[in-house]
Amino acid sequence: MRAQRRLGDLLALLLLGLGSGVMVLPFLWMILTSLKPFPELFTLRFLPQEPTLENYRQVLWGTGFPRWFLNSLLVATVTTASVLFFDSLAGYTLARLRFPGRNVFFVLILSTLMVPTEMLVIPWYVMSAEKGWINTYFGLLFPGLMSAFGIFLMRQFFETLPQDLFDAARIDGLSEFGVFWRVGLPLVRPALAALGIFTFLGNWNAFLWPLIVVQTPQMRTLPVGIALFSGEAGTAWNLIMAASSLAILPVLVVFFFFQRQIIEGVVLTGLKG
Amino acid sequence: MRLSLGQREALWAYVFLAIPLAFFLYFRIFPTFQALGLSLYEWHADPGARKFVGLEHYERLLEDPLFRRALTNTFLYTLLGVPSQLFLGLAIALLLQRVKVARDFFRAVYFAPYVTPAVAVAWVWSWMLSPHFGLVNEILTLVGLPPQPFLQSPTQALPTVTWVVVWQNLGFQVVLFLAGLESIPRQYYEAARIDGGEGWRLFRHITWPLLNPVLVFSVVIATIGYLQLFTQVVNLNFTDQGGPLNSTLTLALYIYQLAFLRFQLGYAAAVTVVLFALIFLITLVQLRVFTRKVEL
Amino acid sequence: MLQKRFLLVLSSLLGLSFAQTVTITYWQYEFKSKVEAVDELIRRFEAQNPGIRVVQQTFPYDAYQQKVAAAIPAGQGPDVVNLYYGWAPTWVKAGYLVPLPEEWSARVDREFVSMVQAVKIGEKVYGVPTAVRSLALFYNKDLFRQAGLSGPPRSWDEFLAAAKKLTVKQGGRFTQIGYGIAPDGQDHHLVREILVRQFGGRPYSEDGRKVLYLSEPGLKAFTFYTDWVRKHEIGVPNFFPGNNGYRDGFMAGRIGMIIDGSFAIGTIQQGARFSWGVAELPVERAGGRKANFGSFWMHGLTPLATGPKREAALKFLAFLTSEETQRYWLEKVGELPASKALIRDPKLSLDPIYGPFILSLGYAKATPFVDETAQRKVMVDAINRVILQGMDPAQSLRMAAEEEQKILDRFWR
Repeated sequence: MRAQRRLGDLLALLLLGLGSGVMVLPFLWMILTSLKPFPELFTLRFLPQEPTLENYRQVLWGTGFPRWFLNSLLVATVTTASVLFFDSLAGYTLARLRFPGRNVFFVLILSTLMVPTEMLVIPWYVMSAEKGWINTYFGLLFPGLMSAFGIFLMRQFFETLPQDLFDAARIDGLSEFGVFWRVGLPLVRPALAALGIFTFLGNWNAFLWPLIVVQTPQMRTLPVGIALFSGEAGTAWNLIMAASSLAILPVLVVFFFFQRQIIEGVVLTGLKG
Repeated sequence: MRLSLGQREALWAYVFLAIPLAFFLYFRIFPTFQALGLSLYEWHADPGARKFVGLEHYERLLEDPLFRRALTNTFLYTLLGVPSQLFLGLAIALLLQRVKVARDFFRAVYFAPYVTPAVAVAWVWSWMLSPHFGLVNEILTLVGLPPQPFLQSPTQALPTVTWVVVWQNLGFQVVLFLAGLESIPRQYYEAARIDGGEGWRLFRHITWPLLNPVLVFSVVIATIGYLQLFTQVVNLNFTDQGGPLNSTLTLALYIYQLAFLRFQLGYAAAVTVVLFALIFLITLVQLRVFTRKVEL
Repeated sequence: MLQKRFLLVLSSLLGLSFAQTVTITYWQYEFKSKVEAVDELIRRFEAQNPGIRVVQQTFPYDAYQQKVAAAIPAGQGPDVVNLYYGWAPTWVKAGYLVPLPEEWSARVDREFVSMVQAVKIGEKVYGVPTAVRSLALFYNKDLFRQAGLSGPPRSWDEFLAAAKKLTVKQGGRFTQIGYGIAPDGQDHHLVREILVRQFGGRPYSEDGRKVLYLSEPGLKAFTFYTDWVRKHEIGVPNFFPGNNGYRDGFMAGRIGMIIDGSFAIGTIQQGARFSWGVAELPVERAGGRKANFGSFWMHGLTPLATGPKREAALKFLAFLTSEETQRYWLEKVGELPASKALIRDPKLSLDPIYGPFILSLGYAKATPFVDETAQRKVMVDAINRVILQGMDPAQSLRMAAEEEQKILDRFWR
């Protein structure tokens, strides 16, 4: 029995090791390309012949990159915080509270995922023009403040929890919000962490709406800025790769931060198995 | 006035939902109706000059070969992509949960595709899949198989794009399944082990049923994602978007081209209505069919 | 009532004494040298025109049309806008461009090279360019020397012979190709606007409303091109992957010749590490008819430019397209001037790199697109059906002509 298990573990390690090549190669390729001078892009060699940090220098000092970076950071942080709070509250409500219209509300919210953003940008722009949100931070981040995706995700995770826990908490005299905050939330920490990663990344990479709502170079976000390296007469892949490599850093930080929460897992206390 | 327990609970539910509902109504649902309403008009920059054309755009849909092609392709992407993504995602998540060495390393590695920007992904994969210089063809030749055209072939392009999308989404899927797996309280496994449960039986009786909500979520979200596939399709064939010969064209890409390259927003809105209706129906069916009540 | 009139008088008096400032907005896609050039031009223009302020805003090239599509309906966008000439009919139909005053029509006829006629849509003028572009043959001099070729080909026969010598195949796979086949690059223009004419046909009727390339010369031209891949094997599409792979492959020294626009000069200068040259496009036979595809980005007026803004915008438009600006633009951005008079300058036509492009401007024609995205696709697909699927060229060209005629009919109905 034990030997069989060891063998299984070894096999798992082997499979994962094999797969990791395919997973990480494009990522590595990106980093390597970011170290190549422009004429070397097409030499069909994997490793840079004359590695250089020139691309990074050009991106960091020759473009608005630092500003784009800060703008993106602000947008992604604010939207992630807002989504984590409101989406988990709404997801909890839809999963654990009973009230008339529960399914209707759920489907209504879910239906907002079904329209491609491309069709919404024009009404949003008209709305922003009326309210004076064009070229402002609020204009950049309002579509991301809450997401049906997150509400659905949190609802699914809240649904798996045993009802006894919530009943017990109510008997102990916790307020409805207290039940959500003190009992519910700690039990869905892995889901919350996953949602944090997805939301941060989604807003960090958002392109279409930021492109539409921003008018001046100072308000550009990273994806909008990086799009400038591609033009009519070709694409500066070396610069794109350098900018992309830099752009990934905060995402990795966020990933490792939240990922800890996932690994730790959930232990139900005071519950009979 | 005294409220019953049930009424109190309902009241709190409405309080908790008030802000999110207001948000979605104002920022999503209302603009959606505005956008979909455009399908009845000929587009014009001046709102006052938009000519009402009734159902004309919907009639045009019926005899538009590009629309039909995009619709078929979109279904194909979904049918190929969703099962592959879920199966591989679950397999990798289970493996990742099992290994004890270099956990952080492996998790980061399998997350890497998801954080790599779409333009970089497209560039690297189009090189790897190149018929003339690509690594994949090198390997095929090495094992004695003929080199394949992949993205350049009207028949192979769609499955190839699907593969790149699956590859990129795996990071997302793995994180999600890991969160689902880690949410299953360890007590359940421990209790089951005491009863003599092992391996497959643990999976069958604990993991699988308790993972159901996450699975339902994954199926629905992945389906919506593939039905709206856009970014990778554009980037993998940038100068002939949806090509070669429309073999990779999706509904979302067609909507984009109509709206922003051909300035036919009215017609684009009609296509959007169809896409929306499709996704809506499929999602409802999926929620009904796949949701299992968890009994503990 | 009286009060109102009083206010009106007062405000016009104030207007006289303080010379109210009008602010107009100019949009173009972001390209470093162009943005800097326009900044400088705005400085000069504002010095000449106190009372007008111009704000330049720029956006990524690939997403430029999206930005315009969303902005103008909301009333927050450019007064003067830069656009590819092929988009103009689509924009006009959707109400994104307004016609210029009538006198501009005579100016277009008098001052600009003939391709600029494409700014006229249904008798009205919708904009004018500062610069124009044409196509030419870029060739790798080092590879030519190695293959024992002395100079660039003058006729298509010479072109084919040279291309065959430059093509290297190893174990069934190309490692070097003679010509960078790119149906979705410039080759759809090459077929439609250049080969069809050189073989004695016409792509469209005079008014641009009828497709005429489905003809004997048209089919000959189309078959001739697709044979480069099918019969002569002097190249394959997407030899190098990615957008503009044909140009990348050329810069990598693995493609002997490409046909590309004057807008590619800067990129190639930056990327190619070998000696290369530019030649006028080959012709069907020595002394045969010359043809070229000309295109340009024009400046147009949007419906947002009303009242005093319209006057200011028209002034700015005239300034942006003046001969003086064109000369500055050539120097600063390296784009060819749009004025008939300026391209006669022998200093330009003798330039080894700009020369071939300049010479072509005299006879280059701009395709009268009405729905550029869709029409481009029609020709790209026509070529791909033959070279990727092996369809009979006659059948493929017939399908293309039918499809494109439908697009034209939909626009003009």
